[in-house]
Amino acid sequence: MSSSTTNTSTHHTSTIGSIGTPSRRNTELALLVFAVLIPVFAYANVGLAINDQVPTGLLSYGLGLGLLAAVGHLVVRKFAPYADPLLLPLATLLNGLGLVAIWRLDQSELLQSIKQAGSAAPRQLLYTAMGVALFVVVLIFLKDHRVLQRYTYISMVGALILLLLPLVPGLGKNLYGAKIWISVAGFSIQPGEFAKIVLAVFFAGYLMVKRDALALASRRFMGLYLPRGRDLGPILVVWAISILILVFETDLGTSLLFFGMFVIMLYVATERTSWIVFGLLMSAVGAVGVASFEPHIQQRVDAWLDPMREYTLSRNGEFGHSEQAMQALWAFGSGGTLGTGWGQGHSELIRFAANSDFILATFGEELGLAGVMALLLLYALLVERGVRTALAARDPFGKLLAIGLSGAFALQVFVVAGGVMGLIPLTGMTMPFLASGGSSVIANWALVGILLRISDTARRPAPAPAPNPDAEMTQVVRPS
Amino acid sequence: MNKPLRRIAIFCGLLVLTLLIRDNWLQYVRADELKTDNNNRRVAIERYATPRGNIIVGGNPITGYKETSGDFKYKRTYKNGAMWAPVTGFVSQAYGANQLESIEDGILSGTDDQLFFRNTLDMITGTAKKGGNVVTTLNAAAQKAAYDGLKRQGGKGAVAAIDPATGKILALASYPSYDPSTIAGGTTSDEEAWKKLQKKNNADDPMLNRALREAYPPGSTFKVVTAAAALENGLYPDPDKPTKTPLPWTMPGTTTELKNEGDIPCKNATLRVALQWSCNTVFGKVGSDLGNEKMLEQAKKFGFTSEQFTPVRSTASVFSEDMAPSEVALSSIGQFNTAATPLQMAMVASAVANDGTLMKPYMVDELQTNDLDPLEKTKPEELSKPLSPANAQILQSMMETVVNDGTGKNAQISDITVGGKTGTAQHGVENSENPYAWFISYAKLSDDSSPVAVAVVIEDDNAVRDDISGGGLAAPIAKKVMEAVIGNKK
Repeated sequence: MSSSTTNTSTHHTSTIGSIGTPSRRNTELALLVFAVLIPVFAYANVGLAINDQVPTGLLSYGLGLGLLAAVGHLVVRKFAPYADPLLLPLATLLNGLGLVAIWRLDQSELLQSIKQAGSAAPRQLLYTAMGVALFVVVLIFLKDHRVLQRYTYISMVGALILLLLPLVPGLGKNLYGAKIWISVAGFSIQPGEFAKIVLAVFFAGYLMVKRDALALASRRFMGLYLPRGRDLGPILVVWAISILILVFETDLGTSLLFFGMFVIMLYVATERTSWIVFGLLMSAVGAVGVASFEPHIQQRVDAWLDPMREYTLSRNGEFGHSEQAMQALWAFGSGGTLGTGWGQGHSELIRFAANSDFILATFGEELGLAGVMALLLLYALLVERGVRTALAARDPFGKLLAIGLSGAFALQVFVVAGGVMGLIPLTGMTMPFLASGGSSVIANWALVGILLRISDTARRPAPAPAPNPDAEMTQVVRPS
Repeated sequence: MNKPLRRIAIFCGLLVLTLLIRDNWLQYVRADELKTDNNNRRVAIERYATPRGNIIVGGNPITGYKETSGDFKYKRTYKNGAMWAPVTGFVSQAYGANQLESIEDGILSGTDDQLFFRNTLDMITGTAKKGGNVVTTLNAAAQKAAYDGLKRQGGKGAVAAIDPATGKILALASYPSYDPSTIAGGTTSDEEAWKKLQKKNNADDPMLNRALREAYPPGSTFKVVTAAAALENGLYPDPDKPTKTPLPWTMPGTTTELKNEGDIPCKNATLRVALQWSCNTVFGKVGSDLGNEKMLEQAKKFGFTSEQFTPVRSTASVFSEDMAPSEVALSSIGQFNTAATPLQMAMVASAVANDGTLMKPYMVDELQTNDLDPLEKTKPEELSKPLSPANAQILQSMMETVVNDGTGKNAQISDITVGGKTGTAQHGVENSENPYAWFISYAKLSDDSSPVAVAVVIEDDNAVRDDISGGGLAAPIAKKVMEAVIGNKK
């Protein structure tokens, strides 16, 4: 790619569209200024509401976030100059707002007294720095995303190991009914968050190779193209793995996420609607089947159907019940249309996991319907940029990887936000970028890094053809 | 591959759209319901977030507030809480509120719509929000006399005093009582205090508001109602003409003789003499002669069988229907099923004193903002006319005879006309338990206006049975309460 002479012959068609494509780096910089200023403003707001003074950490916090954004920006400018200009500011803004909400919950005496908060914000800032560092590493060392294609099967093995880690005795931790954590050197890590990316790499590599076989060798039945029995193999394997995750790690969210991501990528690779139908059927069968004998999942479903009963049971001291779901609904309802304002709500009443799984409820209460809708639209925009990257990518591997990552991101947002808002049963996952938790933040920064790399490759103008002194001057037609 | 990509984009859009719709459902459609749900702790946090307004008696607050730790910022305090508990009720961070504290919670906590303008103004000017005040009709001196009297007595008991002309409640005491300050917070000591006050752990049941919520057999004090019925129905229009009452008198339909207490001049006694000596035979026969319906009608006119909303609710007093003549006879001397709250008997005395007009009893005079601007003032309201003015004056003279020359001498006040009636109600199986000592009375000033009517009831487990009589135990307390009110008037 780097040598212009070797590629001149292949680029006649794309040259027209890409000459003079602006890099949009200055747009990104301007947006980043807002992405840093808005959280800083929010931070000041929290301090004023809770302690009647601008928080003393405002300057260092603002500088910290600004520095991270600046590093991110400079690295993108240098190593991925044509990348999408919105992804980095969106991630920065969400991450910054999450930090503010976590700091706000740190101020709650109630959460401090039950060890659910107190110093989560500084830790989250550290994780953010680690996340941005990983982001930088991805952009510097991953010169071309197609390199990842070489590691298709290694990725498979890696993903399986990551997923199985929490089941290893002595390493895995069973926290609050779900076995999705491992404990290393005092840190709790959710390998599932990293497995999400590694699996996407595997699926993209695998499907790129097999897509023709999967797409073409099929029989038509009732308007659907049914795959051949032997082609069902991969989807059955992934389905089985998802079910195993569900059974052994009792983690509905991760299970749903992986299977959903696979179905999306399979559909994109083969363009066969039948896979979607199969996927939906299989996930329904799997979820209902496991729920019928797994008490933890059953209890989640019961809590979803009647959160008030769950609240009462928990209040009466019944073991294994939690009032969180109802508390989250009250937080949303009490926020109303415009919210109470930063620092003036009582989302600490959610107590356990108030600053991680349930952080959206804090936004719901303090920023109201308006704030949550804005937040959801920010996520939607991030996903949209990811899908756009997939559309723009010129190679099938890039397309599949980009849509896999974006689709998984969208599913995760849906599963978490839907769970907290009582739309679907609660699962043990966290809101990307917003929630307190190292694995999630670091993995999602890596995800954004990969998306930026793909989009840089996609949007990079082809090198100008070597000047040919014999050619006549041609008019350059630029599409709008 | 771009076609499925576009479809996936639409799918992602639908996911977000679903979330947006759900969010609107939650934070717009259901917002109010969730926000005001009583299980939602924010409701309580809001209630205790601002200093609560005060309950005021005679210009002085009988309540206050104190800052607490935790998410509830302020708690209620009470001055002389045990004395005022039947008036205020309680408000507790852990156990909610009752009685006046609960009924006027909107004003006191500052969330009432009437305070909306004031709250908005405070928000704009940056003044801290504070609840409004509730000004009561009570009379501090009378309340103190009532409570101290009961306390000195030592047994369970209650006092209710009313201003007959307006229906203003002047005293409302119950003993044994409790200090609501001890349960106002949300700490373990509040919890312990609360547990100790519960009826199942405390035979005294100190949280019972006996003045409003306990209906006792009224005994002979009910003879005032029976006398009113005799006058109003024209059975014996002249109180000084002999009634047709043999002695002994056997109750109709039975072979049981109705007994009098001791050897008293009841044979064919006039109404006045019968009331003076509290003749069971005379009033029992009046009741059975008039019949169930007329007696019930008269009792209802005095307020029996209805709850009163002062605005704190009082229990409905009882006079039964469909009774046999002998049961009507017993009911007419305040026995059998007949039961009355102290407030009810004070209403009976007040209607007689107010020349036959019964005013609706009330204890909230005015609602104010925290700057003492009036929001709402209660106007006196007529409830009924149990007696014609002429008959009321006849009954007054009879009740005055009771105090001057009869069983109620202990209630005499020098230079003041007092009318009253004693009562000693039997209760328990075969009358095995100690009777209740009752006294109801009113005082009249020189201009014939009556500033106070009062009812006192004492249930004394410790006293010897013979010692209990309305005149001995209850009348002195009634006297102190009347003196306190009159002292204030002078």
